[in-house]
Amino acid sequence: MSEVADKPDLNLDVDSGNFSYPEDYAYDAGRGLTADTINYICDVKNDPQWIREFRLRALEIFQKKPNPTHWASKDLENIDFDKIRYYLAKGQQAKRSWEEVPDDVKKTFERLGIPEKERKFLAGVEAQFDSEAAYSNIKKAFADEGVIFVGSTEGLHKYPEIFRPWFGKVIPIGDNKYSALNSAVFSGGSFIYVPKGVKLKHPLQAYFRINAEQFGQFERTLIIADEGAEMTYMEGCTAPKFETATLHSAVVELVALKGAKIQYITVQNWSANVFNLVTKRGLAMEDAEIKWIDCNIGSRLTMKYPGVILKGRRARGEVVSIALANNGQHQDTGAKMIHAADETTSNIIAKSISIGHGRSSYRGLVHIPKHLKGCKNNTECDALLINPESRTDTYPAISVRGDGNSVQHEASVSKVSAEQIFYMQQRGLTEAQAMSLSVNGFVNDLVNQFPIEYSVELKRLIDLEMEGSVG
Amino acid sequence: MEGLVELKTTKTGNGNTTVSNRPEWWLAGQQQAKARYEALPMPKRKDEAWRFASVQNLDLAPYQPAVSVSDAERARILEASVMCFEAAGHAVFANDQLLSFQGANDELQKKGVIFEPISEALAKHPELLKKHFMEQPVVLGSEKFAALHRAQCNNGILLYVPKNVQVKLPLAAWHWLSGANGAVFPHTLIIAEANSEVTFTDFYRSLDEQPGLAVSVTDLLVGDGAKVNYLCCQSWSEQALSFQLCSTLVGKDAYAKSLNFNLGGIFSRIESHSRLAGTGARSEMLGLSVCHGKQEFDQRTLQDHLAPNAWSDLLYKNALNHRAKSIFEGLIKVEVGAKQTDAYQTNRNLLLSGDAEADSMPGLEIANDDVKCSHGATTGQISSEELFYMLQRGIPRHEANYLISVGFTEEVLERFGNAEINEQLREMIADKFRRGKNVKVEAAGDEAIDETNVRSLQGTV
Repeated sequence: MSEVADKPDLNLDVDSGNFSYPEDYAYDAGRGLTADTINYICDVKNDPQWIREFRLRALEIFQKKPNPTHWASKDLENIDFDKIRYYLAKGQQAKRSWEEVPDDVKKTFERLGIPEKERKFLAGVEAQFDSEAAYSNIKKAFADEGVIFVGSTEGLHKYPEIFRPWFGKVIPIGDNKYSALNSAVFSGGSFIYVPKGVKLKHPLQAYFRINAEQFGQFERTLIIADEGAEMTYMEGCTAPKFETATLHSAVVELVALKGAKIQYITVQNWSANVFNLVTKRGLAMEDAEIKWIDCNIGSRLTMKYPGVILKGRRARGEVVSIALANNGQHQDTGAKMIHAADETTSNIIAKSISIGHGRSSYRGLVHIPKHLKGCKNNTECDALLINPESRTDTYPAISVRGDGNSVQHEASVSKVSAEQIFYMQQRGLTEAQAMSLSVNGFVNDLVNQFPIEYSVELKRLIDLEMEGSVG
Repeated sequence: MEGLVELKTTKTGNGNTTVSNRPEWWLAGQQQAKARYEALPMPKRKDEAWRFASVQNLDLAPYQPAVSVSDAERARILEASVMCFEAAGHAVFANDQLLSFQGANDELQKKGVIFEPISEALAKHPELLKKHFMEQPVVLGSEKFAALHRAQCNNGILLYVPKNVQVKLPLAAWHWLSGANGAVFPHTLIIAEANSEVTFTDFYRSLDEQPGLAVSVTDLLVGDGAKVNYLCCQSWSEQALSFQLCSTLVGKDAYAKSLNFNLGGIFSRIESHSRLAGTGARSEMLGLSVCHGKQEFDQRTLQDHLAPNAWSDLLYKNALNHRAKSIFEGLIKVEVGAKQTDAYQTNRNLLLSGDAEADSMPGLEIANDDVKCSHGATTGQISSEELFYMLQRGIPRHEANYLISVGFTEEVLERFGNAEINEQLREMIADKFRRGKNVKVEAAGDEAIDETNVRSLQGTV
């Protein structure tokens, strides 16, 4: 109890992302998107020819594909693709040590709380500042085991033999309009390869941040866990507040080969004018396991449905999702489970909280085609509504055929029980504190699945969001 | 398709009914609906309201408004229109023409109960029809077919129960479809005034196993404190195309219970829309489909909570054999201001074969914090233990499927709670399984991945 009461300085961090530094970019692709933009990016990044062709093909698909507004939010129509800047960079190569990172960038990270000292227990840091990785480090021990953890650009230059066969295979260019956009202009993001049988005990981490106004960030991450390998990846996202909308459209592809395990953790706290349109999908081979832990707190509109294609026998997919929608926010999140082999299992647990005029939606897809045997899916969605104006939606789609398959889906919507609040208030908590405690209790079982640093941060973020929501 | 909307203002039947004296407003409404029907597009694969549905099979071109039945058919129909319960009144229609009619008894008539075929009611009670006929919104995707219904509807039932009148015995209507490629447009309009009570059953049947088209509309207007029980027992031919649009408007403290019982049709679209418009309104929406062969049942529901303190509970169950397919898309919508809503939605699918398919989209849209809402959807097969137990005791597979299905379907019938009608429904399920034993369906080919159904699956490597 005292813990809640003893946080007088909460406000100090409320606007931790609300600052930016003067722009000073060596490379700027300008506004708008044409073949020239693509060629400019390719020239600056010194892309090989096949990547240039890939990008140009993607541009064509992007321009042809309509926004998916027949089912999605009409807010997408407010994105003005001609005003967005698609590539900005300070011309630096990824730095290998913290000291080499420019001071102002360092300051930004410092304020966001990814301090130098985290290096001690995080295996490596790949922090992306706008388009290029500004800093990356990986513990020597892991490098010796053959673990590759580099930026996507470095990955495609240095390790084409691993990179190329899987790049764009889990999420093809034409998957949706935003994956096509990302494929055309991607820069930054991580490339990770964990060799056979290597089990990383510590998580790898990346931090993404948008610094410039009307900038689109299009990082591209590809993670490959070879047979029997295990790894955890964490990413955090944030952006300073700008007057005009900004676009973040990432593509993340995971490949878990036979018996491998990948856990991918996201804590997204973009400022409330960022369109966050991200395509994330994993491919799980025989006996492999992919788990997405996805937490969305910020942004204006998030549309993100992490998916797993269960390609090999007994593969397992899991999505754990927490969404928090405050005033002016729409968290349209969910999960996709595509069963493509016998005896595959998947599990989706989604919890959402709507505050003020916030709207959270769960959108899910579970597909079990015919000729498959013994597949199972479990889906649970719970929504908590804080204020009378709050809104929540659930739109699952479950398609089942085949032999011995079973699915179950359950969802519930509730508000914080008045009895609980009364009980806590009677014992001296303010209504806001009581509400905060209740909400933290609602997501507690999911938050506990996060690594400790993130679960602490998450609880504090929820406290901050809850402030001023009642009374 | 042109043939379907060629309006016939007079129809010379077999001397059964003379359709005449259509009022001006009715004809004008038909003309407007015809224009609306022609202007609206056919459902497309990418329409959200038609997701998963085999819209490519919805060609209406082969169908023509059904013609009058012959005397021989008439005799067969009347003989087959038997009910297992005592009714306060009933009507038998074939190809939209009235074959036989037993009106409400004197006592009910004295109390002001109106039970009339629409063809008659147009002359006798035009004010009721003018006010209520086709006045309910159609929002679940079949706007085009509702327009077709308005343009073509010639008959059906008007049932009006005045304030405080309780009709103890059920009323019923039979709608028969006879002849190949005929189209019928049955209509049911029930107006239950404040604190009244009534039970009504529609039986939709085909005389022979032939293709045909049925586009039916049922509107239940349940006044404050009134109670309406409605059953639609659909067993069209298994080659027929069926669109069944049902809407319920529930007033203050009123109670509506409806069951959509479906056995027939190669493709059946069932839309059920319940609006809880008055404080304390209650709506129970039940659905039960037993399908085999290549039948497809496409069910879309909406529980629209407009008023506070209302309750709605939906249970849709589908038992699927062979290559049958069911789609359930349900939405609970709680509008701003609908405080203390209790809304539940359950969909259960039982797959009796490895080739059957069940698609389920249970949805919630909630714009209010003071609610209790939940939904659940499950799809599964008969457990191998249960099956083993029965096979071991010499019960053949088909029989085992039937027995398990009986247990599965019983929950819905119990909730419906009308012992006499349930007996008839159980017999119809048993008959369906008997016929199902002889259904031969070629093995399914390799599955083509439908882009709309599995968005973004192209990425599969």
